[in-house]
Amino acid sequence: MTVLEVKNATKRFGSLVAVRDVSLSVSKGELRAVIGPNGAGKTTFFNLISGFFPPSSGTIEFEGHDITQLAAHKRVALGIARTFQITEIFPELTVYENVRIGAEVAGGYCLRPWINAAEKAGIDARVQEILKLAGLEAKTHRLVGELAHGDQRAAEIAMALTLRPRLLLLDEPTAGMGDQETYEITKLIRRLHQDSKLTIVLIEHDMRVVFHLADRITVLDQGSVLAEGTPQEIAGNEAVQAAYLGKAA
Amino acid sequence: MSGEQSRKLIVLAAIWLALVFAPYWMAPLGGYTALATRVLVLGLAAMSVNFLLGFTGVLSFGHAAYFGLGAYGTGLALKFLTTSTPLSLVLGMLLGGIAGGLLGALIVRRRGVYFAMVTIAFGQVFYYIAFQWSSLTGGDDGLRGFSRQPLNFGFFQIDILSNTNYFYYFVLFCFALAVGAMGIILRSPFGHAMIAIRENERRARFLGIPVERHIWIAFTLSCFFIGFAGALYALVNNFADPKGLHYSQSGDFVMMAVMGGMRTFWGPLLGAAVFVVLQDYLSSVTINWMSFVGLLFVLVVLFFPRGLLGFIRRKSAA
Repeated sequence: MTVLEVKNATKRFGSLVAVRDVSLSVSKGELRAVIGPNGAGKTTFFNLISGFFPPSSGTIEFEGHDITQLAAHKRVALGIARTFQITEIFPELTVYENVRIGAEVAGGYCLRPWINAAEKAGIDARVQEILKLAGLEAKTHRLVGELAHGDQRAAEIAMALTLRPRLLLLDEPTAGMGDQETYEITKLIRRLHQDSKLTIVLIEHDMRVVFHLADRITVLDQGSVLAEGTPQEIAGNEAVQAAYLGKAA
Repeated sequence: MSGEQSRKLIVLAAIWLALVFAPYWMAPLGGYTALATRVLVLGLAAMSVNFLLGFTGVLSFGHAAYFGLGAYGTGLALKFLTTSTPLSLVLGMLLGGIAGGLLGALIVRRRGVYFAMVTIAFGQVFYYIAFQWSSLTGGDDGLRGFSRQPLNFGFFQIDILSNTNYFYYFVLFCFALAVGAMGIILRSPFGHAMIAIRENERRARFLGIPVERHIWIAFTLSCFFIGFAGALYALVNNFADPKGLHYSQSGDFVMMAVMGGMRTFWGPLLGAAVFVVLQDYLSSVTINWMSFVGLLFVLVVLFFPRGLLGFIRRKSAA
């Protein structure tokens, strides 16, 4: 079953074409990596899927619904959650409070000026469950702004998970991390993919992470799809090596 | 955790005890009950502004408009419609809140300076309406010819008109209702989402919070609260003044909130107390009292950027 179907998406900013005629299809349970050199249009492509802005042309379907023009918060309600290249969290709130906001939105409570004890207990249980999954139990009552970078990334992923997404978009989850932190986050993503059977699309620069995690890889270059295939196919693709891997190696 | 919670409870009890006994401890210190009443009403107004500024992160510079509408609404209701003080309060609050809701819908997509400028512009519209429509509002002279009426419970009455202590307790009761409602909202999922928007609007949006609608609701609620404060203000003075709608009045409310501490729930009340007491004392000494209040404001912002209460809290936590 296809979860995400992007057809001929193009995004122009004035005369700059950031994403050019990109098509991509992600099936249920797949972990897709999107790679490419800086400026290849990866984040712009993510912004199209998550509803940061609509495409100039082309269509985007999620589980068979056309979401091309849908507002960002409505896509979240359908089941698309994302993280950002530069961590977006609520720095002056605790880890618990950060995650609780996601749990309350997912529970449909965010417009409610009251909450009863049973609902509150349900939210609390959900928050604890997510914190455990993300390995943040020990830091529950710390301010997120005071955590190490790796833990902040984990908190951001935890917030996204509270939304019970059916498609999780991760924009460079290991950006700016040391080896140990990269290892922890990779382990977390792997758990989400293998144990929770989550469909994940991630942008990543660290090739060890990409080749370790991805079922399939899409390579973007100058806004267009250069190649798509399994990690082995991509590793053996000469055009990719010329445009990207060659430079990295 | 429990240590912090019990400390919070003690502070809360101290605040309410101070408010309940204000008529008794203010007099020996050279104050008087009517001054305490003004502190409560202007404090509620500053807390309403802060509901939006401190907890949603949206700065309105035109909230005096809804304060003033509350005052005129209550004044006109008492003058022409009803002898019931509570009903007139409700009508004043509704006028302020509904006007805020309608105008808020037009401006919630704006942010920052643009939002503040548009709120000023709308506020000034109401100021000039009150100023020009003399036949209804009394124009520059303000709305006169009404007074708060005794509370009538059928079998007995409470004379809040001539007994200033009774009136203080009536205002304190109204204040407690409004502040209680604010507190409940801020602790609810709706309030959590407001704080999320303040902390990081982009993250809030991509967590699925409909940000514009949320800001609109918070704006409207804060207009209801400040409309209620304005309604009480009309009862305090038995008079509604067009200056109460002017943007300089909005500036005073923002100043009280910032001076007291806009990240704290009670800070704006403290800010209002400092402002009102200084105004009362200094204005009997010099007509340039505002320059002293302004000087204090500058000092607070420079040396206690989290406001007076934020500073006290940090000191006691350290």
